[in-house]
Amino acid sequence: MGKMEIFQIVGLGLATVIMLMVLNEQKSVFGIYLVIAFGVIIFVLMMDKISAILAVFRELANKAEVNLIYVTTIFKVVGIAYLTEFSAEICRDAGSSAIAAKIELAGKIIIITLAIPILVSILEAILQLIP
Amino acid sequence: MKGLKAEMDISIVFKIAGIGILIAVLNSVLKSFGKDDLASLATLAGLAVVLFMVIDLLSELFDYVRTVFALY
Repeated sequence: MGKMEIFQIVGLGLATVIMLMVLNEQKSVFGIYLVIAFGVIIFVLMMDKISAILAVFRELANKAEVNLIYVTTIFKVVGIAYLTEFSAEICRDAGSSAIAAKIELAGKIIIITLAIPILVSILEAILQLIP
Repeated sequence: MKGLKAEMDISIVFKIAGIGILIAVLNSVLKSFGKDDLASLATLAGLAVVLFMVIDLLSELFDYVRTVFALY
């Protein structure tokens, strides 16, 4: 694995595009399934590495004695952003950008909801600094 | 967290493409015999089969993302 993985991913992507063109020529509705399956496979392959990266960040936060709630919130925001982007791109690929925009709107609102506790704690810290 | 990843293999992409091409050929053959209703039924059956495969894959992805990013 390691560096060789990119060759596998590129090859699978090119093969998928060729199969997609064959399916689209037959006016088949299976193309979108192919796109979803390919996206999920790439996502899961990358998720293994992302989890290693997140473990490193968690370790660093532990050493710096940052409150773990903040780090976990950031991880949640990143996860929601990845998932939202993934599904919105699939919707946009299928030709319905309106649904993609709604998914992105929901993702943004949920991220803001997650971020509000951090914002409130920052404001409280600032208010304590002001005499 | 590790156990989820082992099942992911790329053969599902080829399976979906194969089913798609098979259904397309079946569709055109049935249409040339004049059985349009059977053709649309075959398409529907293929769609359902592939939909179940893709839903399994998606649920696996969501479980994985949920465990990695601590989304509960």
